[in-house]
Amino acid sequence: MWLTRPLRERSTQTFLGVLFAALIVVTFLHLAMPEDSVFYVSSFTVTLMGKYLCYALLAVAVDLVWGYLGILSLGHGAFFALGGYAMGMYLMRQIGDRGVYGDPVLPDFMVFLNWQELPWFWHGFDMAWFAFIMVLLAPGLLALVFGFLAFRSRVTGVYLSIITQALTFALMLAFFRNEMGFGGNNGLTDFRDILGFNLRTDATRLGLFIASGIALAIGYIVCRGIVASKLGRVSIGCRDAEARTRFLGYRVDRVQLFVFVVSAMLAGVAGALYVPQVGIINPSEFSPLFSIEIVVWVALGGRATLYGAVIGAVLVNYAKTVFTGVMPDAWLFALGGLFVLVTVFLPKGIAGLVFRGRKPKGKGPDGDAGAGKEATA
Amino acid sequence: MSIILELFNRDRVFEFLTPVESPVDVRHGPILYLEDVNVSFDGFKAINNLNLTIDDGELRCIIGPNGAGKTTMMDIITGKTTPDTGSVWFGSRHNLLTMNEPDIASLGIGRKFQKPTVFEALTVFENLELAMAADKRVIPTLRAIMKPDFRERIDEVLQTINLAAVRNSLAGILSHGQKQWLEIGMLLMQKPRLLLVDEPVAGMTEQEMERTAELLTRLAGKQSVVVVEHDMGFVRSIARKVTVLHQGSVLAEGTMDQVSNDPEVIKVYLGEEA
Repeated sequence: MWLTRPLRERSTQTFLGVLFAALIVVTFLHLAMPEDSVFYVSSFTVTLMGKYLCYALLAVAVDLVWGYLGILSLGHGAFFALGGYAMGMYLMRQIGDRGVYGDPVLPDFMVFLNWQELPWFWHGFDMAWFAFIMVLLAPGLLALVFGFLAFRSRVTGVYLSIITQALTFALMLAFFRNEMGFGGNNGLTDFRDILGFNLRTDATRLGLFIASGIALAIGYIVCRGIVASKLGRVSIGCRDAEARTRFLGYRVDRVQLFVFVVSAMLAGVAGALYVPQVGIINPSEFSPLFSIEIVVWVALGGRATLYGAVIGAVLVNYAKTVFTGVMPDAWLFALGGLFVLVTVFLPKGIAGLVFRGRKPKGKGPDGDAGAGKEATA
Repeated sequence: MSIILELFNRDRVFEFLTPVESPVDVRHGPILYLEDVNVSFDGFKAINNLNLTIDDGELRCIIGPNGAGKTTMMDIITGKTTPDTGSVWFGSRHNLLTMNEPDIASLGIGRKFQKPTVFEALTVFENLELAMAADKRVIPTLRAIMKPDFRERIDEVLQTINLAAVRNSLAGILSHGQKQWLEIGMLLMQKPRLLLVDEPVAGMTEQEMERTAELLTRLAGKQSVVVVEHDMGFVRSIARKVTVLHQGSVLAEGTMDQVSNDPEVIKVYLGEEA
């Protein structure tokens, strides 16, 4: 079975071991330590780390398509945000009549806009199972339609990257409009409950943190399962020699479509777990800059390794938290500088530095050639 | 009423319900058949009334000066280029002009490019694994497992192409000649009926050339092989039948001796060399 194959690999076992150890340690320090101890992990920190885990899952999704399929998506934020909006709509419906205007059905922003009834696409989101399916389906469908059109026409390389940028930008503009029915530029916020648990209690926050960790583990296994299968090697074939793959009898466009849709769904799950932890979803998640930032995490961590994406996402976002606290203005310069330094001195990213001795599978003999080709194509 | 009952009669298999079986039909001799093919790019006639037949199991060399249309001809056969007019048949059953590249490939036409293209980030073994004749749809590929008989088949091809010693090396570190062989090996894994080989000995040493000649002659008979080559010495060493292309159509056809004594051929091609 392709999904259980990664569980027998040393690298996946190590990754899962470290991840679960981190989850357990944080949970223990949060619950068992007295609040004035230096080892105490506050609820705020738990949520912050939950956020990093969501970003890590998003980075893994991007690494799957960029590292192994050669598709540099600069619009994965769109799938992340769609998953987030699906979760946000569920959380809005859970508020019920506890909103400012006390309407039992309509969310506050709709009452404010004088809407009389719920738009059709908001129906069903009061049920958790429906919303959770939509978390997968909404990004998946967008990726399916977009990918079908793009890959069938053999749009690849830098052109595809530009189109993915346009996609997320267009969605951002659309979601900014009040008429869309997604809360305009304020987005969706003021959430209360998830599955009956109060979002403002420490226990729920810890639960969301653990759920994010488990989602990351599952997402990692799914990606690793694909990568370690024959399909993963075909993907590498599509990345490095598309014409050869086609002449061997593989439908390159279908391979690309399948992997792209899986990646978009994982990004959607990441968004859905992110929203209840940060307490808001608004159109800024669609911003092209955010999508580019994701790619920077992956490049910094080490492309085509999966665990590198996790390392990159966590480290960069931790640095961002620290920097924006100390010197808010300097952050973008630091990120840019870091990116340049890593590209020049660590072409295989941080993963390449840590695991210099081992040869990561699926990585070309000259690790940077693929990335360089992508950038200059 | 009886007609309706007939429809539910499970003994009967209607013709439109049976899966389209597609063994290549070579009872009438030729495995590949090109007739009156024309292609022009922006007014330039790359292929001009080309007629060509390749018999089953034949080893055919195609020579011709630059721009004679050799590569374009390969593009047409493999579905990369669609001709303006003409017909292209594989056996007497398959009209190649109605099919796309992957379908043509799975029908049993393998193509080796001019420049060796192998998957450099994968090992030699994995390169052959991907090339293996198998269900190549997405989900079956995802669930594919390495069976012992697959392994045997790969080992067999590794022996044929003399790369058994480097089976676990990345294809990227192979020498130029080894990459050419690996690519031929990948074609063999597809169990092709027809091999199209574009300039197999470009950039090879004498010794490598000899081994390639030996490999190709060994393949012919089991498969039909079409070799496009510039190197006259190499063509002479393997060819039984040679076709000379010039300006998009066949100029001469015959044994190497017949062809090289043909005054027309001497004029346009060999004359320049002699």
